[in-house]
Amino acid sequence: MSDPLVKIRGLKLEGRSDEMWMPIINGVDLTLNRGEVLGLIGESGAGKSTLGLAAMGYTRDGVRISEGSVEFDGIDLLTASAAVKRGLLGKRIAYVAQSAAASFNPAHKIIDQHTEAPTQHGVMGRNESVDDGITLYNKLRLPNPETIGFRYPHQVSGGQLQRAMTAMAMSCRPDLIIFDEPTTALDVTTQIEVLASIREIVEEYDTAAIYITHDLAVVAQMADNIKVLLKGDEVETADTRTMLSKPQEEYTKSLWAVRSFERPAKPAINTGATPVVSIQNVDAAYGTVKVLEDVSFDIHEGRTVAVVGESGSGKSTTARCITGLLPPTKGQILFDGQVLPASYKARDKFQLRQAQMIYQMADTALNPRMSIGKIIERPVQFYMGLSGKALRQRVDELLEQIELEPDKYFNRLPSELSGGQKQRIGIARALAAEPKFIICDEVTSALDQLVAEGILRLLADLQDKLSLSYMFITHDLATVRAISDEVVVMKDGRVIEQSAKAEMFQPPHHAYTDLLLSSVPEMDPDWLTNLLNERGVDNIGDAAVDKM
Amino acid sequence: MSTLLWLVTVLGGIAVAGWVFRFAGQTVTGNAPRFRDMPYGVAFGYVLGVSILAWAIWYYFQPVTTEQGLPNAGVMFFRWGVQGLIIAMIAAYVFRFLGRLIGTANSKKLFRAMPLTAAFGILTIIIYAIFAIFADAIAPYGQEQIFEQANVLPGGDPALGGDPAHPLGTDQIGRDILSRLIYGAQNTVGIAFATTCLAFALGATFGLLAAVLGGWLDQLLSRAVDVLMAIPSLIFALLLMTIASVWASEWGIPLTIFMVVIIAVIDSTRVFRLARAVGVNIVVMDYIEAAKLRGEGMGHLIFREILPNATAPLLAEFGLRFCFVFLTIAALSFLGVGIQPPLADWGTMVRDLAPFINFAAFAPLAAVTPLLAAGAIALLTVAVNFVVDWMLHRSSGLKE
Repeated sequence: MSDPLVKIRGLKLEGRSDEMWMPIINGVDLTLNRGEVLGLIGESGAGKSTLGLAAMGYTRDGVRISEGSVEFDGIDLLTASAAVKRGLLGKRIAYVAQSAAASFNPAHKIIDQHTEAPTQHGVMGRNESVDDGITLYNKLRLPNPETIGFRYPHQVSGGQLQRAMTAMAMSCRPDLIIFDEPTTALDVTTQIEVLASIREIVEEYDTAAIYITHDLAVVAQMADNIKVLLKGDEVETADTRTMLSKPQEEYTKSLWAVRSFERPAKPAINTGATPVVSIQNVDAAYGTVKVLEDVSFDIHEGRTVAVVGESGSGKSTTARCITGLLPPTKGQILFDGQVLPASYKARDKFQLRQAQMIYQMADTALNPRMSIGKIIERPVQFYMGLSGKALRQRVDELLEQIELEPDKYFNRLPSELSGGQKQRIGIARALAAEPKFIICDEVTSALDQLVAEGILRLLADLQDKLSLSYMFITHDLATVRAISDEVVVMKDGRVIEQSAKAEMFQPPHHAYTDLLLSSVPEMDPDWLTNLLNERGVDNIGDAAVDKM
Repeated sequence: MSTLLWLVTVLGGIAVAGWVFRFAGQTVTGNAPRFRDMPYGVAFGYVLGVSILAWAIWYYFQPVTTEQGLPNAGVMFFRWGVQGLIIAMIAAYVFRFLGRLIGTANSKKLFRAMPLTAAFGILTIIIYAIFAIFADAIAPYGQEQIFEQANVLPGGDPALGGDPAHPLGTDQIGRDILSRLIYGAQNTVGIAFATTCLAFALGATFGLLAAVLGGWLDQLLSRAVDVLMAIPSLIFALLLMTIASVWASEWGIPLTIFMVVIIAVIDSTRVFRLARAVGVNIVVMDYIEAAKLRGEGMGHLIFREILPNATAPLLAEFGLRFCFVFLTIAALSFLGVGIQPPLADWGTMVRDLAPFINFAAFAPLAAVTPLLAAGAIALLTVAVNFVVDWMLHRSSGLKE
């Protein structure tokens, strides 16, 4: 075997915060051979992206490399001159960012951005590069490969844009591509398509890749080797199959174990009972665009109904109808058998209090200028009229319920908390109103798996203690399996299937449900290969959805 | 022509020196990355900076009188400027040092992370505030008191036309300039501060209200503001002040109150624009939705949920707006409809003494008189902006 393509030895990085340099990565080694794919996994803050960028000899502002060496094909990137680096980046090393939508320049056509690198580096002329782009679009199975490049970024879908970005990274046929969570923002059915095309093209051109992700099942499909990072330290490195079957370290095992959380099934619903929330034949529209059509389902006391579907399927809109932010154009919503006024403005305090909401992004759901104490205090004060000592006592009680120490967190600001803690505060704020029913809108999708599991367990415990009802909006079927009692599948504003969880995960089901279920990556490294063999490349993802 | 030639030679020399500097750096350090990757512009900047510094030191030590025995005004003003800067730095440093020693744990922490510019700004503002509040006790004479000797030069040295009783001299009708400067702090700064606060109260409230409610109210307010902004503000203020001066004498209300309200309303349009733009971005956040769904009223939404998140841009605007209001008042006073004589006002003082600037070449001390009031305005403007910059930096750091 020849020399490795990328050789990182004892790399230490530091980041500047509060006028001090704090370590981000404490001495990591990395070796990547030509044509090899290395998966980097870890929670957020583990330093995966920083390490990925450092492999390009690049650091973000406020980050510096304090020790170690980074060699690319025998060139020391840390001491190389700016001119040498300019010759490498884009041409021999390329980068694919998490959000293609944010990384493309919205003012230029896709193909113009595609041809920039090859023409700048003198690899090929513009016309040649356009032809090559079309070839790549073909290989990545983008629809209308001849014309899609001549559109603007906002005119193509997220999954297509992510593939166009991969094509762009490929434009100079680099030796190394760094993929930084390329599918995290995508729906499962779209993700699978992007995964398949990335894997194919990387194999075809024998490109080495560093694939950064927090999703184990995804990395299992893509990588030859896996490196697990935790807080800037390497936990372990092994080839994919060994890593999956025989993880050595405790931390890795705990990552693997997350997916096993599942609640025991509850007894069947008493058919005569009044549901807590009943959605009856609801239609809704934004202006003249109809987004919900004839949606009906019930949520019973102490039960969790998971609403599943892709982005744009109307899950969140249903929640907005229930909360009254978007009054339905037809149909009604019953709470405990009573019809709720359509708009939240017409509801009284009692009605508002009974239905609470937990949001996806805890960052935008908590006022960054209010301390934790004040955030939780407000609903208690507002609904219960408590003040002084009784108020403080109730807030402490709520903080204990979400497993945070009251004295430690009361005066902190949301920015001083981790993602999982922030989400817990969101839960406490909802609980403060003492509701019967809580809408959880993708509450775990922005969190790392271990943290997400903690949140799910907390929600399950609270449900048992307080007999709460949840409407659980998610696109992640693992979450559905973990927490739900009943499942509602939505597509294009309609309810497609509705059943108890046990039935949902067993055939026969609706073709779309089937597609959704089969698109969820599994930990088996052969899963993607098998699926492609079974269905054929044209029968996965969006292509299959469009055929329905 | 020779001046141009001279300038080109100097710049060319620096350009060559920049290249030589970088080349020498590369050779001596054995191609260290610092010199190897240094763009030519940066090398040029280094050499230019060093050249300017060398020139400044040389100029500082030039004699203060020319060979003909005339004072060399340029050198004198330059020396004063440099000395002022050094004194300001020392004062700020001492102030920050004391702040780190004295006070509660929180205030000590605040001072530890404070840049020198902010310390200087805070110190200056404190001094101004003390002068403004205790003007009656501090000022040696009354602001309207006229002395026999007009046009006494500052400095207090009888040999140079000064008078120890009037350390900063007297103006063209014999009023003590030091006393008028101190009273001016009270009048000008006090009125400007009140006006800016009023402008912000109006602009921020309506701007955030428009952002939250949207719809026809937003349209109505925004278009009304567009109309107000379309009229040149100084001319509009002048027009309104002329009308107000009639009302003022009719109803017996001081004209100053009308001035405060008029400038506040005109300036609040700019604040409205900003507050609305910032507010629209905050209104879409989930925590606002959560508060709405909780059933919160408009007051809580605006003042508890939105306003704390809009403080950073609003504060920055406050610093800038304060300076503009200040200048508007000075301009109106200059035109005769602002703060009325004999009340001391810095804007009016600059105007009254402005002709003395012509004596700068042969009597630098006489030329200083209008610059004292102008300097007071400039110093406060700079100080306010230093403090606002620092607060902005702190608040954006917290958000991270």
